[in-house]
Amino acid sequence: MPADAVPPDALRFSGITKIFGGVKAVDDVSFTVGAGEVHCLAGENGCGKSTLIKIITGVYQPEPGAGMEIFGQTYAQISPTQARKAGIAVIWQDLALFAEMTVAENIAFETMLGNRPRAVSYARLHRVAAAALARLDVELDLDARLGSLPIAQRQIVAIARALVSDARLIFMDEPTASLTQSETDALLAVVRTLSARGVAVVFVSHRLAEVLEISSRVTVLRDGRLVGVFPTAGLTQSRLTELMTGTVITHDVMARDTGHNPEVLRIEGLTRAGEFGDISFTLRAGEVLGLTGLIGAGRTELCHTLFGMTRPDRGRIILNGQDLQLRSNRDAVAAGIAYVSEDRLALGLIQPQSIADNTVLSVLRQITGAGGLLSSRKKDATVSHWISELAVKIGTPADAVSTLSGGNQQRVVLAKWLATRPKVLLLDCPTVGVDVGARAGIFRIVRALAEKGLAILLVSDEVPEVFLNADRVLHMAGGRIAHEWDPRQTGLPEMEAAVYA
Amino acid sequence: MHSFLRAYPTEAKLLAVLILICIGLSIASPDFLTLVNFTSLLNNNAVNVIWAVGLLVVLIAGGIDISFAVAASVVQYLCVYAFAAIGGGNWAIGFLFAGGFGLALGLINAFLIHQFRIISIVVTISTFNAFFGLLMFFSSGRFLYNLPSWWSGRVILWEYQTASGTWAELILPVLVMAICMAATWVLIRRTTTGRQLYAFGDNPEGARRAGISIGLMQAIAFGWCGMMAGIAGLMQAHITKEVVPNALIGRELEVLAAVVLGGARLGGGRGSVLGCFLGVLLVAVTQNGLNLLGVSPYAFKMVVGVIILLAISTSNLDPARLFVPRKGRNA
Ligand SMILES: Nc1ncnc2c1ncn2[C@@H]1O[C@H](COP(=O)(O)OP(=O)(O)OP(=O)(O)O)[C@@H](O)[C@H]1O
Ligand SMILES: [Mg+2]
Repeated sequence: MPADAVPPDALRFSGITKIFGGVKAVDDVSFTVGAGEVHCLAGENGCGKSTLIKIITGVYQPEPGAGMEIFGQTYAQISPTQARKAGIAVIWQDLALFAEMTVAENIAFETMLGNRPRAVSYARLHRVAAAALARLDVELDLDARLGSLPIAQRQIVAIARALVSDARLIFMDEPTASLTQSETDALLAVVRTLSARGVAVVFVSHRLAEVLEISSRVTVLRDGRLVGVFPTAGLTQSRLTELMTGTVITHDVMARDTGHNPEVLRIEGLTRAGEFGDISFTLRAGEVLGLTGLIGAGRTELCHTLFGMTRPDRGRIILNGQDLQLRSNRDAVAAGIAYVSEDRLALGLIQPQSIADNTVLSVLRQITGAGGLLSSRKKDATVSHWISELAVKIGTPADAVSTLSGGNQQRVVLAKWLATRPKVLLLDCPTVGVDVGARAGIFRIVRALAEKGLAILLVSDEVPEVFLNADRVLHMAGGRIAHEWDPRQTGLPEMEAAVYA
Repeated sequence: MHSFLRAYPTEAKLLAVLILICIGLSIASPDFLTLVNFTSLLNNNAVNVIWAVGLLVVLIAGGIDISFAVAASVVQYLCVYAFAAIGGGNWAIGFLFAGGFGLALGLINAFLIHQFRIISIVVTISTFNAFFGLLMFFSSGRFLYNLPSWWSGRVILWEYQTASGTWAELILPVLVMAICMAATWVLIRRTTTGRQLYAFGDNPEGARRAGISIGLMQAIAFGWCGMMAGIAGLMQAHITKEVVPNALIGRELEVLAAVVLGGARLGGGRGSVLGCFLGVLLVAVTQNGLNLLGVSPYAFKMVVGVIILLAISTSNLDPARLFVPRKGRNA
C-alpha cells in the first residue's frame, strides 16, 4: 500500500514530562491525535492540560526524552514558529490577545508574522478578519480596540484568529467558558465542519456535556499523569468525572426551607433603563438564591447595580433594614457586599503578584499587627486558611498567580472575596472554567458559607447548577424576573424548558 | 472625524488643548501668532522631535530608554573624530556615520536587555552612566569647535522677509525631522515589523506564543531609538556649531515627558508619531508662551509637570464618546 493512502496521525507525542520548580506538571504523558479527529483533553484544574498544549506548540520545552512527531515529521525541538508552520493553531485559555490593537488586527495577526518586514495592508486585514468571523456567523466591529470588548467577544476574536490560518490541527483550550449557548453551538458546528474537512481539533472544556457531544476520543489526565484514552461512545458524564477525579460525585438537590430566616437584602422595584426593570426579591440569611437566565437577560447588569458599579434609575436596595445609596463599589464593600465577577481573569487578579498577596488584597486592614504594619503571621494564617478551604492547587503561596492553572486562579479570586467576610455574596458564574471536582468543591463551600449565615446570590447560566445548589431559583428574562421556583417542587426539565424557550 | 477621534483619542485631545493654548497666547501676546515665532518654534524643536520618535518606538515595544540623549553626545564626539580621520566628509557620510554610531549604541542596550533579561530601565540607566563617564573621561570635558564646514554651516531651506523686516526661515533639521517622522510612521504603522512591535509591547507572552522573535523586537526598538538619537546629535551640533560633552544630558526626561504626553504608554502597545509631535509641540508652545508673557523660566518646569499630570489623569476620558449619541445597552 502506498504510504500516502492513509494520512499520518496529526500528533504522536510520547514520554512528555515538564517540571516546574521540582513539581511535575506533566509526567510521562503520551498523546496521539488522528488526522481530522476531534479529540478532547479532560482533567481537573491543574492536571496539566494547558501545559501539555504549550509543550506541543513549542512555548515550553519538555524534559529530555520526549518523542515528538507532527503530521509524520519528527522534531527534536519545536518552536512556536515551527509549530505554526507545521499547521498548528491555538486558542489559548488566557486568549493571548493584544488589548491595544483592533479586532481586525487581532484576528488576522497571523498574516503579520515573520521576521522579514512587509507592508501591512489594512484592507486585507479587514477582509481576512471579516471572513473568519463570517465562518463563526458573528459580527463584530472590526475597528474596535480589543480591550474595549467584553470577555465573551474577546473569546470570539480568539476563536476567529485560529480559523484564519489553514491549520490542520487546532487546539482549543476552554473556548466555550465564557460563551453563550448559541455561540457555543456555533463553535461546535464549526468544529464539526473543520473535522469533516480533515482538520483535527483538540478540545478542552470543563463542560462535560460538550466534551461528550463533540469528540470521538477523550484523553484523561489526572495530576499530570495519563489516566487513559477512551472512545467517547459509551462514556457518560459520571464515568468521565470518575476517571478525572478518581472519586464518585453525587448530584442531589440541596435546597432547604429558608423562609423563616431573617431577611438580609430586600430589593424593591429596581430598574435601570435598557438593562433591567422592576426587579423585586428578598434574600435571607443563610440562603442561596439562584438567578438564572440566558446571557443578556440582565443578570450581570443587575449584579453591577447591587454592587454599586452602576446606579439604578428607580427602586430600593435595603440591606438589614437600611436603605442603601451605593455610589461606588467601595460603598458596597463597606456595606458588606462582595461580588465575584464573571470576568474574573481580567478584573480580579494582579497576575504577576504572588498568590498570597492577591488573596489578602482586599483585607489588608484586617491583617495589620502592632503599629498598623502588616503582620506576616496574620497574613500567612489568612492565606493558608483560604488556600486549604478552597483546595487551591499551588506550589507555594509566594508563587505568582500567573503560574496557576486557569481554574485555580479562579479559586484565588473567590478566596480574596471570602476573606472580606461579607454579609451578602454575589457570585456571578463562579464555575466558569472550573472542573467538575472543583465545582462540587465550590458548591460545598457555598453551602458551608450559607450554613454560617451568609446570604448568597448565585448567578449561573447553567440551569442544573442553580437547580442543584440553590434554595430558591429566580429566572430572569428580558431584564425582568419571569419565574420564581422552588427546586423541591419544580423539576429540572421544567426549568430548562422555561429558560431556553 | 469620528473615526479619527476613536482611533486617536489622545491625539485629538492634545490637538484641542494645543489649539486652545495657541488661541489664548495669541490674545495675550501679539508676538505669538507670527510667522517668525512659528518657524523658530519648529527650528528649535526639531531635535526633540527626532529623539521623540525614536523613543516612541521603544515605548511601544514596552521598554524605556534613558540613555539616548547621552548617546547623542557620544555620537557627536565619534563623528568629529571620524570625519577628521577620513578628511572631512559630507552630509551623506555624516548621516551614515551618525545613524550608524547611534544604531550601534542602541544595539548595545538591546543586547544587554535581551541577553541578561534585565529590564530596560535598569540597563539604560547603566548605559547612560557608562556612556557619560566614558565620554567625560576621553574628552576630558573638552569642547570641540573645529567641525567641518559642511556640518556647521547653516543650511536654510526656506526664508521669507516679513513686513517688519525680520526673517522667517526653516533650517535643515526641520526637514530631517519630517523625514524621521515619516520613516518612523512607515515603520510602526505600515510594516509587519512595526505591528509586531506593538503586539510585543502590548502582550509579550502572547507575542512569544505567536512566534515573534523577542530578541529581534528589542534590537529593532532600541536600534531605531539609537539611530534617531545619533541623527538628532548630528542636527544638534549643526545648530550649535560646537560639540559639548554635557550639553544634552538631562534632555532625555524632557523628551520622555513629551512622548508620554503624546499618548505613548509606559508599559507598551500604545503611541503614535502624531502624538509625539503634538506632545513636543505642546511643551514647546507652553514654554514659548510663558517666555513671551515674561514668566520666570523656573516656573516653566512646574507648568510642564502639571500638564503631564493632567494629561495622564484624564487619559481615560474618551473624546469619541462625546460625539456619538448615547445608546442604552441591550440587556
Ligand atoms: N509557568 C509555570 N510555572 C510554575 N508552575 C506552572 C507553570 N505553568 C503551569 N504550572 C503548574 O502546572 C500545573 C498544571 O497547570 P495547567 O495550566 O497545565 O493546568 P490545566 O490542566 O490547564 O488546568 P485548568 O483546567 O485549570 O486550566 C499547575 O499545578 C500549575 O500551577
Ligand atoms: Mg488550562
